[in-house]
Amino acid sequence: MKIPRYLELEGRSTGFYALIAILLAFIAAGAGAFLYMEHNGHIVTGMNNQTVWGMPHVFAVFLIVAASGALNVASISSVFNRKIYKPLAPLSAILAVSLLLGGLLILVLDLGRPERLIIAMTTYNPRSIFAWNILLYNGFFVVVLVYLWLMLERRFNKYSSIAGFFAFIWRLVLTTGTGSIFGFLVARTSFDSALYAPMFVIFSFAYGLAIFAVVMVAAYSWTGRALGDVIVNRLRKLLGVFVAASMYFVLVFHLTNLYFAKAQGFEKFILDGNTIYTKLFWIGQILIGGVFPLLIVYGKGLKSKGSLVVASLLVIAGGFAQMFVTIIGGQAYPLPLFPGKIEQSTFYDGVINLYTPSLPEILLGLGGVAVAIFVVVFAMKNLRMLPESLADEEIDPDYTPAEAESAA
Amino acid sequence: MSTDNNIDKYRRQFLASATAVAGLAVAPGVILNQVAHAKALDQAVTSKNRWGMLVDVNKCATGCNDCVKACNTYNGITGVGDPKTDAQWIRKVKLTDKQTGYVQSLPLMCQHCEFPPCVDVCPTGASFKRADGIVLVDKHICIGCRYCMMACPYKARSFVHEPIHEHIYPRGKGTVESCTMCVDRVDDPNGPRDPACVEACNASGHKAMWFGDLKDPESEISKRLKEYGGVQIRADLELNTGVRYQNLD
Repeated sequence: MKIPRYLELEGRSTGFYALIAILLAFIAAGAGAFLYMEHNGHIVTGMNNQTVWGMPHVFAVFLIVAASGALNVASISSVFNRKIYKPLAPLSAILAVSLLLGGLLILVLDLGRPERLIIAMTTYNPRSIFAWNILLYNGFFVVVLVYLWLMLERRFNKYSSIAGFFAFIWRLVLTTGTGSIFGFLVARTSFDSALYAPMFVIFSFAYGLAIFAVVMVAAYSWTGRALGDVIVNRLRKLLGVFVAASMYFVLVFHLTNLYFAKAQGFEKFILDGNTIYTKLFWIGQILIGGVFPLLIVYGKGLKSKGSLVVASLLVIAGGFAQMFVTIIGGQAYPLPLFPGKIEQSTFYDGVINLYTPSLPEILLGLGGVAVAIFVVVFAMKNLRMLPESLADEEIDPDYTPAEAESAA
Repeated sequence: MSTDNNIDKYRRQFLASATAVAGLAVAPGVILNQVAHAKALDQAVTSKNRWGMLVDVNKCATGCNDCVKACNTYNGITGVGDPKTDAQWIRKVKLTDKQTGYVQSLPLMCQHCEFPPCVDVCPTGASFKRADGIVLVDKHICIGCRYCMMACPYKARSFVHEPIHEHIYPRGKGTVESCTMCVDRVDDPNGPRDPACVEACNASGHKAMWFGDLKDPESEISKRLKEYGGVQIRADLELNTGVRYQNLD
């Protein structure tokens, strides 16, 4: 195996400038949406006192969960010492940081009082899982950036695997924290499950790897750099394992609920209701995000980069559906205040809460996505983090042409 | 005729004197009670008291909304006329038994839990519980994340969706708020007074609500709870709520 040669993106093509222009347009739209909401209050959004976390949270939590998973490739190379992934570890790390940045931006700009961010950073309630998460998010930036620096600075390369191990532990704790934001909501039937922590960790593996795969294939295809089948096939199979594991957790979560009489109403609402959540669950989360990617990943004769990209895009779409069902669907189902009673009030007790996403909320979410992509592109343009070639013979220590075939 | 008038006059005089005597007899108790609970404004609250409320669901009239109106007026809660986004510190909930059709109604507000989930989850500590059990939001450090609204089992909290131009008590766009048990009345230097909802319920003649100190065995609320019992909403969560309900079937 050769030592990979890292090179910046040239970044002079029309396509590159077009990409930057599109990203900046989305960022500007997101900024505009934020100013509009900040000026008028959340009255101009789709949220209300029943559905308090809306579309921005769907985008934000998806990005934050995916951020942790985007570190998969770096973790596998550093922690599990798989050399084949090593050349891609810097991209994996910068993608993780960018996705987290995009997600947190959305979250912060959707606060009722975003100008009080300094209070959130300085005044902690030690019992709040949200406060723990603020520390975990900030720590993630530091840990992963140090890890990235150690990888890029040749003199300190020898320390990078220790930093990588530390980053691996940190991201597991981080996603445990993110899942627990929901898992710790004892009063809501839809949440209140310790399964949310490990389930979100597994989701993060799938979503993060899917985004990583799309970014990697796009970067190599658009710059005309070589990308061999070995790495593509490895990632394809790994994605399949993560998707299957995600489906397993979803199955266990719902089976457990179905067994408990108190949770059967919620399960009927999600699994067999005449609502958008039921459609998004079965068509979005299960079919598009689970079954189809598995068929593509493990299907015979689907070995190309194209199939990895299609499977990854489906996983990303399914991930958004899952976040919508989890976050919005979870709030739509009424709180169980008076079991056995029909409740009526001016505050929508006992009824399915309605939520219609508004344009500013969607633009804010897309703006965060654009920021994440922009940072990755900016880093690739200015830092030497992408290997010049990922051809099979460059990255695989035991490469033989026959191996590429069998790996598929 | 004149004799009748005189009798009426004597009766009135007697009633007036009797009332005065009764008043004199009761006054020291009332005053002493107030003095016992009275606290100077610069004095910190202590855990010697635990303020609470009691609702007799049988006395709460379906269709009566006086407690809600009084709360809105007293606390200056305004909105844009949309119940989905307008703040509601207290609401009337009508309950119909699914099996029997039995109908009851009750006021629902912040239950002022001893172990409030909203306080646990708040990242900045804006959501807090006073030593005397009243759960409040510090509007100055609330960042508007709404996690407390996700965590509250009673949906007792509201987010201020719109800019506030006029207010009586601190309220602000982008922060979360809920029933304060009319904390300014509780802290009255002349002794605690009933919250606006309780006062309105009494004025309406229904007299379905009581306010008082749950730690004082001599308070009316404690006596009533001891005599007739009372339940917590979602008692399964073991939050030890400060608001209790009687005759909730």
